[in-house]
Amino acid sequence: MSSNIKCRIISKGKDSGNALVTKDPISFLGGVDPKTGIVIDKKHELYNECITDKILVIPSGKGSTVGSYVIYQMAKNNTAPRAIICQKAEPIIAIGAIISKIPMVDNPDVDIINTINTNDEITVDADNSTIVIN
Amino acid sequence: MQLTKYEEDMYNGEYGEGKAECMEILVSLGKIYDAEKMIPITSAQVSGVSYKTIGDAGLDFVVDLGKKADVTLETMLNPAGVDIENWQELGFSKEFTDKQIDIINGYESIGVMSTCTCTPYLIGNTPMLNEHVAWSESSAVCYVNSVIGARTNREGGPSALLAAIVGRTPYYGNHILENRVADMIFNVDYDFVNEAEIGALGYYVGQIVNDKKPYFRINKNPGRNNLKTLGAALASSGAVSLYHVENVTPEADYSRCHDSFEELETVTVDKNMIEETLEQLTTTDKIPDLVCLGCPHASISEIQEVANLVKDKKLTKDLWICTSKAIKSISKQCGYLDIIEKAGGKIVSDTCMVVAPIEELDYEVIGVNSAKAANYVPNMCKLDVVYDTVENLINMISE
Repeated sequence: MSSNIKCRIISKGKDSGNALVTKDPISFLGGVDPKTGIVIDKKHELYNECITDKILVIPSGKGSTVGSYVIYQMAKNNTAPRAIICQKAEPIIAIGAIISKIPMVDNPDVDIINTINTNDEITVDADNSTIVIN
Repeated sequence: MQLTKYEEDMYNGEYGEGKAECMEILVSLGKIYDAEKMIPITSAQVSGVSYKTIGDAGLDFVVDLGKKADVTLETMLNPAGVDIENWQELGFSKEFTDKQIDIINGYESIGVMSTCTCTPYLIGNTPMLNEHVAWSESSAVCYVNSVIGARTNREGGPSALLAAIVGRTPYYGNHILENRVADMIFNVDYDFVNEAEIGALGYYVGQIVNDKKPYFRINKNPGRNNLKTLGAALASSGAVSLYHVENVTPEADYSRCHDSFEELETVTVDKNMIEETLEQLTTTDKIPDLVCLGCPHASISEIQEVANLVKDKKLTKDLWICTSKAIKSISKQCGYLDIIEKAGGKIVSDTCMVVAPIEELDYEVIGVNSAKAANYVPNMCKLDVVYDTVENLINMISE
């Protein structure tokens, strides 16, 4: 059985994949290695995990605005996540997702961090403001 | 969000892929901050220039964007990681400099003026009262909002650049007059004599207010150079984008007459708080092996002051005064450059002690008269800091 969650579009597009969920906000500059897609921030819950091709489910972003460029570099290196779901978007990841053409949504009508589990199969349809848990 | 016909057309790609992408980003930013519309802007200041901070990721983005978009209004660039003409003499590597030049060329291809300074308001990018602009660089944001009275949010490098391309920014925050009033009052019970004390005041208050808008009562007009220092400090220990100084800055009266003013929390800043902060900003007892002034980039009157201090002296350690090429050129014309070079100092253009890879040079202790620099240098350059006035710093390194 699948369930639909309404949300708000931040960056256009649609993609599916396995969720990777964290309760920690993420900084891409200094927090993720753009060559490998691996989280290198030792204090982060996802330390040593690879976010490549995942549906990244995070509360928010943080850190330097250069983080937007790091996401762009990840997209060029094919190490970026397939889509991003934020509880509340902030400019760094929003800009990064749009310039990298990664679908992104925020403001879901449920507490997304506790609704989606890591490895759930998720479809993010930003154009229709919908998240589908398959 | 309500878009005009022109904005809607840009969003839908009728003015090209580059502008459509910029509009998509700015509309999303507007949504994040609940903006009701876009507002036209008249100038921009773009940060994210040093190869040390943006790396290959930023270089890729800037070069790619240059292929599909151009800025449409007066847009200036923040400092780079090296002095473009004198990198070799200062000891920077060719590899770093080559990358840095690629980044600057990338910005130039978008139509950004390669001014490489954090004080664009000293070289002609000076908006008027109430003008809407999109500036990044926290110290410049603070100056243009507070001292000039133009209106900008604390943009990041990318959002300022994209706004310069479409000529619009989301209408929220500091763009709305009502949001520009003070929300905390600081009665400063201290007789300021120098810039290090003013910087310490900014550093102290920034820690307390974070992103609030402080209203200062100071017993005399600190002057433009010190207001530049004050704003830079407020924006580095906190995230201040706008402050008011009673009887000095242009919107202080509006703030004071606002209904909310009577109920604001009031804090008194005394001598002890300033002195403690001064001590806190110095990390070592050693004598600096480099004195680095010009954070934010020095004005011509600040350079004149240094020239007067070093005249007929011999410096025993290195002295850099960071500024723009434009101000360096005026210093040369006025004879200050010659005086400073004769004493053994240098005027360094295009870069500064925060964004240059100073950690690659052989320095251990840096002397600064900027609380902003004192805040960032220990982490970003791994150096010890002596925080003092320009006069005391010059005395420490002269015969």
